[in-house]
Amino acid sequence: MKIVVCVKQVPDTKGGVKFNADGTLDRSAMLAIMNPDDKAGLEAALRLKDEYGAEVTVVTMGLPKAEEVLREAFAMGADKGILVTDRVLGGADTWATSTTLAGAIRNLDYDLIITGRQAIDGDTAQVGPQISEHLDLPVISYAQNIKIDGDSVVVERQYEDRYHVLKAKMPCLVTALSELNEPRYMTPGGIFDAFEKEVTVWGRADLKDVDDANLGLKGSPTKIAKASDKVKKGAGEKVNLDAQESVAYLIGKFKEKHII
Amino acid sequence: MNKMGLEEYKGVYVFAQQVDNKLSSIAFELLGKGKDLAKDLDTDVTAVLIGSDVKGLADSLAEYGADKVIVVDDPELKEYRTEPYAHALSEVINNFKPDIMLVGATAIGRDLGPRVSARVATGLTADCTVLEIGDFPLVPRPGVEQKHNQLLMTRPAFGGNTIATIACPDNRPQMATVRPGVMQKIDPIKGAKAEIIEFNPGFTPNNKYVEILEVVKSVKDTADIMDAKILVSGGRGVGSKENFALLQELADVLGGTVSCSRAVVENGWLPVDLQVGQTGKTVRLQIYFAIGISGAIQHVAGMEDSDLIVAINKDEDAPIFDVADYGLVGDLNKIVPELTKALKEEMANK
Repeated sequence: MKIVVCVKQVPDTKGGVKFNADGTLDRSAMLAIMNPDDKAGLEAALRLKDEYGAEVTVVTMGLPKAEEVLREAFAMGADKGILVTDRVLGGADTWATSTTLAGAIRNLDYDLIITGRQAIDGDTAQVGPQISEHLDLPVISYAQNIKIDGDSVVVERQYEDRYHVLKAKMPCLVTALSELNEPRYMTPGGIFDAFEKEVTVWGRADLKDVDDANLGLKGSPTKIAKASDKVKKGAGEKVNLDAQESVAYLIGKFKEKHII
Repeated sequence: MNKMGLEEYKGVYVFAQQVDNKLSSIAFELLGKGKDLAKDLDTDVTAVLIGSDVKGLADSLAEYGADKVIVVDDPELKEYRTEPYAHALSEVINNFKPDIMLVGATAIGRDLGPRVSARVATGLTADCTVLEIGDFPLVPRPGVEQKHNQLLMTRPAFGGNTIATIACPDNRPQMATVRPGVMQKIDPIKGAKAEIIEFNPGFTPNNKYVEILEVVKSVKDTADIMDAKILVSGGRGVGSKENFALLQELADVLGGTVSCSRAVVENGWLPVDLQVGQTGKTVRLQIYFAIGISGAIQHVAGMEDSDLIVAINKDEDAPIFDVADYGLVGDLNKIVPELTKALKEEMANK
């Protein structure tokens, strides 16, 4: 079985968000990590490899620095790593990103494609399903577990008040939730391998069946009209009193505001 | 991308999500917003109702503001599945050519939206919290055509740390998924009727159809936190499942509902239905009590638009105090029962 996993390098927003003095986001002070949902997708692929035997190819699109997440993937046990990087791909929205990744994946053999549900920098959850559309594959998003049954995958998928057990014929695409599993640590042997292995680097010319009109900033139908770091709501009043006094203070405020 | 014939695209369309032939709240919220946008554009609002045996739901869509209802009714559409629903909505778009297409950012909508946007080759802006009509670019720029009457879609990103306003000037429809619980429904107009248009593009199963082996409904005995006006929310600091009784008592006095942070769900103290925050739910309330919640950005993004936020935490440096209107530093085990008692007395004196 051949599995392709798409991963993204993102700034770590969880816990370690840093702000500049003017309240804007200090991106340079934040660590670049493998996006958590993608890492869960990679772990799911590696578990399928352990159980059924599989070749796991990891694909990332980004700046040359994104090679780091491929090295991390090697250290976890991935077999091949492909970095898709080119100036003309920059500024892509989800449409242009998904056409780019689909163009890269068309060069590969695969039975199953796994992507993370969403990246923590954009939170759109769009790229996985959009890749499946470009490749004309069935998609199951938000997978809670993934099993192989003959030529099909069987996946649990949560909705508001229920879950569906879904069966899709391979080839297909599944998007993974970080709740899916606990990703393994890099192993010492894996870390050694990670620096021995070759990362394959592809540019625009290596993408298959993709029109220039659908790539990069120019090929992105959505355009940013304005972006700003969020004005943080100012902190209100804070008191440090004993319990009774605290409560009396709050009741006083509630009365002032006609809440009670 | 196809940039021809944009002027052919007219009207504001909303996907009227239903589950088990019951309309989801988001359908009415989108109609409420859709009506505002349609007014600015001098056009009308169309609900797209997709399912099996769903025609009977059209009247309530009319009562909540739909001028027209397109009904796609087919046995293949009984339970939500990506492919037949994506086919239905894409064909509606291809045939009726809406200017704007709104979909709820629900578990269903966030699956359906991207698939449909890729099929009809347009942009999609995820998880919007503000929608308005305006110019793009916002201010005229030399050498760039400024387009009027564009949908400007505003959404948080970076875990709620940044806000971006997005336009889709050269493709139609302008598509957005919209965060549930943010847009306002209108007061229903009893007896309102909409023009009903039945449309069936035909459904032939292909490789993209997945098979549903089983549907497991989780028994829901918990209140929906999205419907609450007051939430009493607890975090890791509450300490145990049992200790949530303190929060329940406070909620009972105020007619509120208990909710929680992600840590509480991870500890197995409360079900995920009650989680507020990024992967849980966004709420906009009259009062939000954050009790023993440190205030991770994902949680804050889910509740900071509440009218009044009260934080109780023993750590005076907890980030939750940065968004709280009133912060009480101290032991929640002492403060919460004291507050419940005091509020009871106040209520009794009324």
